[in-house]
Amino acid sequence: MKTWIAFWSILLKDMQTYYLKPPNISWGLIFPLAWTGMFFIRSGEGLDSIPALLPGVMAVSVLFGTTSLLSVTVTFEKKGRSFERLLLAPISLERLMLAKTAGAILFGVVNAFVPVLIGMFLADLSGLAWGTLIPAVFLIAVSSTFLGLFIAVSVSEVFEAQTFSNFFRFPMLFLCGLFLPVAQLPVWLRPLSYVLPLTYGADLLHAAVGDAAHMPATLNFALLAAFCVVLFALSLRNVRRKWIV
Amino acid sequence: MANEETSVIEVRGLAKRFDEVQAVAGVDFDVQQGELFGFLGPNGAGKTTTINMLIGLARPDAGTIRIAGIDCSKNPKAAQHLMGIVPDESNLYPELTGFDNLCFCGALYGMTKGDRTARAAELLDRFGLVQAAGRKFGGYSRGMKRKLTIAAGIIHQPAILFLDEPTTGIDVASARQIRQLIADLNAAGTTVFLTTHYIEEAERLCRRIAFIVKGRIVRTDRVEDLMRQTDGRHVMRFAVSGKASELCNRIAAEFPRLQCRPVAEGGIRVESAEPVRVGPIVRLLEDQRAEVLEARVIRPSLEDVFVQITGMEAGAMKQEKEKKMGGGA
Repeated sequence: MKTWIAFWSILLKDMQTYYLKPPNISWGLIFPLAWTGMFFIRSGEGLDSIPALLPGVMAVSVLFGTTSLLSVTVTFEKKGRSFERLLLAPISLERLMLAKTAGAILFGVVNAFVPVLIGMFLADLSGLAWGTLIPAVFLIAVSSTFLGLFIAVSVSEVFEAQTFSNFFRFPMLFLCGLFLPVAQLPVWLRPLSYVLPLTYGADLLHAAVGDAAHMPATLNFALLAAFCVVLFALSLRNVRRKWIV
Repeated sequence: MANEETSVIEVRGLAKRFDEVQAVAGVDFDVQQGELFGFLGPNGAGKTTTINMLIGLARPDAGTIRIAGIDCSKNPKAAQHLMGIVPDESNLYPELTGFDNLCFCGALYGMTKGDRTARAAELLDRFGLVQAAGRKFGGYSRGMKRKLTIAAGIIHQPAILFLDEPTTGIDVASARQIRQLIADLNAAGTTVFLTTHYIEEAERLCRRIAFIVKGRIVRTDRVEDLMRQTDGRHVMRFAVSGKASELCNRIAAEFPRLQCRPVAEGGIRVESAEPVRVGPIVRLLEDQRAEVLEARVIRPSLEDVFVQITGMEAGAMKQEKEKKMGGGA
């Protein structure tokens, strides 16, 4: 019970301090809007193309929203030493890091549904498979957030967090089947796609909007969940190794 | 009053190495329940590394740590609920108000909303920060930041309070207030582990002191027992114009029974087992064309004991730290 008080307080504090700040809210709205608009105009196929654009736009919104904010806020707190205060609290490191990442996961999920909300006003989205879409968005948000955490514990400066994030994020735009199917990538590049968690999330999102999926949904969910566990475990190991020296 | 029988902190053979540097080299000490224990040493002596190992921010390479009977060597989290920690630099959230910072810290220790709100209000009042309660921590003065950081360290009423350089870099009035607060907390039964480079602060507050130099504890004793080392010593300080080191050599040559050394700000410190006769020394200095600006009898202090034990100049240690922190108490 007592450790849950700490968990909720960390989550609420982060929401108030970082995620619900006007610049981040506007980032959460403008970024997906800009991506949707850009791909909509690029496709030149009219409003009917919106469902097909959704998987890419949703995944990018989650990926950029979560990794940016989490890696920067954790690095910022570590540098200002306020993160030490959390490390010294009588709660397990696992629960502490889950509390620290919960805000970013929620932020990512909300970001993902901004393009869906916009799409609802412009196209018929009655064909969306919500039972696949919602858990897929959630797992993409979790894996992206844990990727942000992994980045945060690997660097010491805020600018390094941004640079290192981009090192992962920009290749993902092209390699994970968001806008360009993995099957259309050069053969030698495809193995890279399959070591990136977003590939499996994007496949699930494509299935949710009625596109053909390359792998069974259960396998995609299982692999995405496995990436979440591995990234979280690696981050915890790095925290113990680098921050509790 | 301290209970002599119960150790709340037991440290045996504690060691920590960073690459080529042996930061802490086999340290042993005990802190009794209700005691105000001072941990003194120059920069780089191993104070902060030791404290970090005790609170769980660093892993020992060797040795054992028991806090209130709990073995924390392998599981530092096990006793963190008993500890209050005030680091050497304020580490609260600049974007939160003073009140919200205290409430958040209370929540980290599992305090309910009602409890932490009431306790935060009580502490803000006690630390004279009521007027600043609604202001963001980032806008506080250095002294206010320090006080709020201490308040955050005791919001959950810990049995053991770790204070790392609590008065460094703050104004004299705030430092005095903080010393009084530490004394009050200890009087109310909190065990206090205090690291400081202000020797006079340790002398005034602590019951026992450990001196650490180059990662090793060179002496642990009660303050009165340490002070006994200075019994029968007579010390004078002369403020002179001219090269203090050359003048010291002249005094030492002329009066071999006196121990003489230059001290900060062009001063000369003269020590003897017998009362020091001022007249001959002043005459000698004037013969050397040095102007004697002041001659004062100095009560031997813990600083003298520190210098005796460690062979270090205590003033230099203080200046170095204050320069780093950008102020002084």
